[in-house]
Amino acid sequence: MTSPDVRRPPGPAQAGGMTPAGGLPRPAVLVSSMASDSHTWNLIFLQLLLEELGCAVTNLGPCVPDEMIEAECLARDPAMLVLSSVNGHGYQDGLRVAARLRARPELAGLPMVIGGKLGVSAALSPAQLEALFAAGFDAVHDDRSADPDGPLAFRRFVAARVTSAGRP
Amino acid sequence: MNLGAYVRRQPGLVVQPRMGLADPRAMRAGLRATRDAAAITAGTITLDSYTRVGDLAAIEYAMREGIALNGYPIVSHSPEVTRAVVDGIGGDDFPVQVRHGSARPQAIFRAVNAAGLRATEGGPISYCLPYGRTPLAESVANWAECCAILLDGGPGAHLETFGGCLLGQLCPPSQLVAVSVLEALYFHRHGLRSISLSYAQQTNADQDVEAVYALRRLTAQLLPDADTHTVIYTYMGLAPRTAGGVEALLTRAVEIAAGTGAERLIVKTAAEAHRIPTVAENIAALEHAAAQAAARYGTVADDPGEGQIYQEAYAMIDAVLNADADLGRAIVTAFRRGLLDVPYCLHPDNAGRSRSYLDADGRLRWAELGSLPIRAVAERTRAQAVSSAEFLESLSYVQRSFDAPALGRSTPAALALPEVNR
Ligand code: B12
Repeated sequence: MTSPDVRRPPGPAQAGGMTPAGGLPRPAVLVSSMASDSHTWNLIFLQLLLEELGCAVTNLGPCVPDEMIEAECLARDPAMLVLSSVNGHGYQDGLRVAARLRARPELAGLPMVIGGKLGVSAALSPAQLEALFAAGFDAVHDDRSADPDGPLAFRRFVAARVTSAGRP
Repeated sequence: MNLGAYVRRQPGLVVQPRMGLADPRAMRAGLRATRDAAAITAGTITLDSYTRVGDLAAIEYAMREGIALNGYPIVSHSPEVTRAVVDGIGGDDFPVQVRHGSARPQAIFRAVNAAGLRATEGGPISYCLPYGRTPLAESVANWAECCAILLDGGPGAHLETFGGCLLGQLCPPSQLVAVSVLEALYFHRHGLRSISLSYAQQTNADQDVEAVYALRRLTAQLLPDADTHTVIYTYMGLAPRTAGGVEALLTRAVEIAAGTGAERLIVKTAAEAHRIPTVAENIAALEHAAAQAAARYGTVADDPGEGQIYQEAYAMIDAVLNADADLGRAIVTAFRRGLLDVPYCLHPDNAGRSRSYLDADGRLRWAELGSLPIRAVAERTRAQAVSSAEFLESLSYVQRSFDAPALGRSTPAALALPEVNR
């Protein structure tokens, strides 16, 4: 499958790259699952959240092969890549995808975030979190990690690195 | 060991976990604990996601690196290993079913046969649309092949439809019933004679009771010569976060099953919202469900007859069966024309023009019909579209309603966007 499935979001308000009141185009954000994960409610949720934060979202959907994530990043040059995994394989899938993307010089500077339920039991261990950062993620949001500030941290990250970047 | 025959022999509700552990010894211990629970049980081997998508290299990597899998990798373990997992535990008095979620399940079906197992589940629609991006036409062909593989494995073959669940939430009951029946018909046309039809608990118990009666009525009408039973899934959407919330939800599912005469129930555990459950959490859920079922034995819920849900389901089934003489082609055509259309499903072969909403009583209703062939029978849909805030409220309705009493709140707090992740 080569073309992305950009499906209608659940709500009526489709952000779709429109120019907001400020006059600047909305930053383009890619939301994606990884190869083993078929859950989609998390993806729809993130799409709505990011649209409310002012982003234009392309949602690649479930079970996205590594090469398709790479091709979409190269073709779209997004302001951020948000990977979501809830099936418990996010740690392993994330390590593999991050290494692959960071190996491309064009994507060396792409802001890259992963979140969800990344392992099958409790929170990821400090060593696992470290491994994800080392593989190239700029932020990691595991639901079960102790940080009660997690969701706010994601919003702050989006504000700092994406929606306000390059704005006056 | 035929699951259908076993269920028919039991004096009460059969309860079953969604259990899948990667390590063969742990899987065996889980099956033994399920068999020995204070309940009438069937066993489950749930497969991991890499096996579902056929990525066996990822399983090798996980095993080498000691990374946990989210289920039992039946294709990667040898047939001898899986036989040893079940040996002396599974049998005529304790059937074991393999649950997977794959649109390309040939290797899984061969492994099921090789391990001497005879029961599994799925379907050309329900193991495709919610489980990735395999084209529907390919899934339909794969599932025809898999019916033949299962029958080749000898007597006792049993298949359960997953069509009564689909994406787990926000699909109005009539379409769940229609897809469950269509998948059972598909299995039947491909030679299966022992079939169970699923229905997953939704957001309103009265509506669920009506849906299960509709499912049972349509099963009797359309599959008169098959050995069939009904299996209820405890709620498959966003789960309550509290143990008390899940327990109350499970009790509600038992009421629906017991009240409608459904024969089997798949439980959910207190861990559902958070992580893969332990064996002990599964056993606690099974025993809770069994105790609730025993207490309700003989209570019969009112049957609304050929009501709204029955009529909508009938109209969808009828339209699909009329789309082509070949049921496989009819299913593909039906989705292309939007005669079946699952709300909020991102799969490329789903039309994506239907929408649902929850009314004030928590009943799931159609907000937009797209091309669904139920205009003549469906209740009037709403004029206004579904907003993103309303969508998120609907998504968390069950979680909020069942957590509220457990948290000592009367009015559940809405899942507002700023509360992401909380
Ligand atoms: C609905 C559902 C399904 C449906 C999915 C249909 C579909 N196409 O989406 C069906 C029934 C098909 C399904 C299948 C499976 N599922 Co499922 N599913 C669920 C369930 C019940 C609800 C998910 C949901 O609706 N979420 C709604 C969204 C909005 O919430 P969320 O997913 O929890 O995401 C939140 C956070 O994680 C966070 N988040 C997510 N991603 C990101 C990313 C970033 C950057 C940030 C900041 C935040 C963030 O934001 C969200 C809002 O808070 C959950 C349990 C639960 N949560 O109650 C299990 C669950 C996710 N499933 C699970 C599993 C394992 C599976 C299966 C592998 C089967 C199995 N072995 O049990 C298969 C998947 C096969 C595959 N190839 O992946 C496990 C995962 C276990 C773990 N990680 O420890 C869960 C937790 C259930 C459990 N306790 O076992 N599932």
